[in-house]
Order: sequence, then structure tokens, then C-alpha cells
Amino acid sequence: MLNAIFGTLSSGAPPVAPNSYESISTVTVGLLGATSIDFTSIPSTYKHLQIRGISRGNRANTEDIIGIQFNGDTTSTNYYSHRVLGDGANAGGGAQTSASGFPCAWAFDTPSATATANVFTALVIDILDYTNTNKQKQGRTLAGYDGNGSGFLALASQLWMSTSAISSISLLPEYGTGFVQYSSFALYGIKG
Amino acid sequence: MAAGSTYTPIATTTVGSAVSSITFSSLGSYTDIVIVCNGTGGISSNDSSILLQFNADTGSNYSTTYLLGDGSAAASGRIGPSTAVYSMRVNGTTNSTGIAHVQNYSNSTTYKTVISRGNTPQYAIALVGLWRSTAAITSIKLLEQNGGNFQTGFTATLYGIAAA
Repeated sequence: MLNAIFGTLSSGAPPVAPNSYESISTVTVGLLGATSIDFTSIPSTYKHLQIRGISRGNRANTEDIIGIQFNGDTTSTNYYSHRVLGDGANAGGGAQTSASGFPCAWAFDTPSATATANVFTALVIDILDYTNTNKQKQGRTLAGYDGNGSGFLALASQLWMSTSAISSISLLPEYGTGFVQYSSFALYGIKG
Repeated sequence: MAAGSTYTPIATTTVGSAVSSITFSSLGSYTDIVIVCNGTGGISSNDSSILLQFNADTGSNYSTTYLLGDGSAAASGRIGPSTAVYSMRVNGTTNSTGIAHVQNYSNSTTYKTVISRGNTPQYAIALVGLWRSTAAITSIKLLEQNGGNFQTGFTATLYGIAAA
């Protein structure tokens, strides 16, 4: 079913089996902003998770990096990420290993305080087999923003080196202190 | 607690004879829209983009950043200001697939961002497009980049995803 959802899409076929994709919860950032985006008490009744949303940070810069953290694990050496990216001029790759000082795996970049007004990153994060206690956990992201003269787009992977079932997920800024109003994130469960 | 099933099919267009555009004008009440395309289109055997235009806005209010690989190298570029978002890809002779995500399309406070992927014989590509409008999106028009047609059998399906 995953291929149907995320990749190989055959003509006319629905991308998900009926009744297999459910909304779990949504966080919409209000006027005062939010220091993190937290999904807690995630039900263990699905096979996979997906986070969809729009994001803008408060860092005094054009953009910030947002990391993903699982089960409140703040051990930096448990997180790794790799990505292929484009900024409108160059294509490249990057890696984050044993994330020093930032106990998260890179998930996506977000426009911040000095970016073009009203521009938000659009993002889709997939977290596969999140309750399996025999596997380390992998996520993957498609995310980007265009600022009409600037922009950033990345395909990224995230590794959490733990076999624990995922019961909570946090999104955290690497440099800024949070997310601004109208950022919105929704967590979905996909049945297996 | 889950709020119930979503990822709901809204509409499908299957091209019976070549057309230059496909328009979806009843989007329903969801959080995100997903567009899935499959088929052939364009004016030659080369690739071209599928363009997305919102609310019949033909002004130069759109821009796009892309990242692609052609089998030998990766590249990134920028398009715009333009009169549409550059989105999925299509090929004139060989079947291609694409998926586009239009996030939070009905809010009236942010510019709208579309992330998409396309897979053709020539490229694997990811794109992010901006529509510089805070208006809620009420219609989506698909066009072929070079003024060509979507060819017989091309399908475009719209899905709605509702957040809790």
C-alpha cells in the first residue's frame, strides 16, 4: 500500500485503500507562537504515520532548520539524517551525524523572520512501522518553500537509533526559539 | 483520538480526446488537496511541466524552485515570476506520473505553497511552487507547459485530506 500512497501511482487507482488513512490530531500555532510542535499519546493502532503541514519559524534570519525528535529522547548520538537539496541555484547533499547540540534529526527547512512575508514551507513527513520494536526507526521528508526569488527544497531521511515504539513526536527549531502564527501540523495514521 | 477516515477522492478526469487544460472547480472542505496525474502530454517526446493555476489567476503571481536528476547530474533552478506554478512533469510519448500536495489550501492568511514530484523517462524531479495570494483556493487548473495537450487516457485525480 505504501507504494500506492507515496510513489507508484497507477492510472485512476486511489492512492490509499478506503478507510485506511485517519486524522489523529492537529496543532495550529496561535498568535503567541509555539516553541515546539508536540504530538503525544500517539495511538499504536496504525502501521505508519504521516505529518503534513505548513511551517514558518521565528529565527532572525531567512530560514531555520527544523528537527524531529522521538519519545523525548535528547541523546544527540541517536539521530542521523541525510538529504538531497536544491536552493534554486545549486543542487547538493548534506548529512547530519550524531547531531551535536541538537538532539533531533533534520526534518526540513522553514522560512523565518526575514523571509518573504506570508511564505511557509509545505511539508510531508512519513514515519514507517513506528510501533515495531525490532527495528530502528526511519522517517522521510519532502518539504520546501519558494520565496519568489529565493527557495529551498529537500528530500531527506531521518534515522532514530532506537527500537522503541514511537509514542510521541516533537518538531524543534535548531536556531530559533519557535514557530510563528498560522504554522499548522497534522498527524495522520495509516493502517496496515 | 482519530477523527475518522480521510484522503477522500473528490474528482477524476480521464481525457477522452486531447485537451489543453483540466479544471477542478469543486474542491470541497478539506485541509490539503492532493493531485495525482498519470499519462502522456506535451508537444513532443520531450518532458514538460504540468502547470497549476489557482482561482483563474493569470497574473505573474507564481514562482517555483526545483531539484532534478537526469541520470547523470543533479541540478536546481528557479522559475518566476510566472503565470502558474510549475508542478509535475509529463512526457509526450511515454507514460509519466506525478503527485502534488497543495497544503492548507483554504486558509485566507498565508500564501499558498505546493510541493510536488514528477517521474518521467527523462527526469526525476521535485518542485516547490508559490502562489502569492492569501485567498482560499477554490479552483485548480492544470495546463501543459508548452501549450500542448493532455493526451487521450491521461488521468488527473483530486483527493482531499481533512485534519482533525
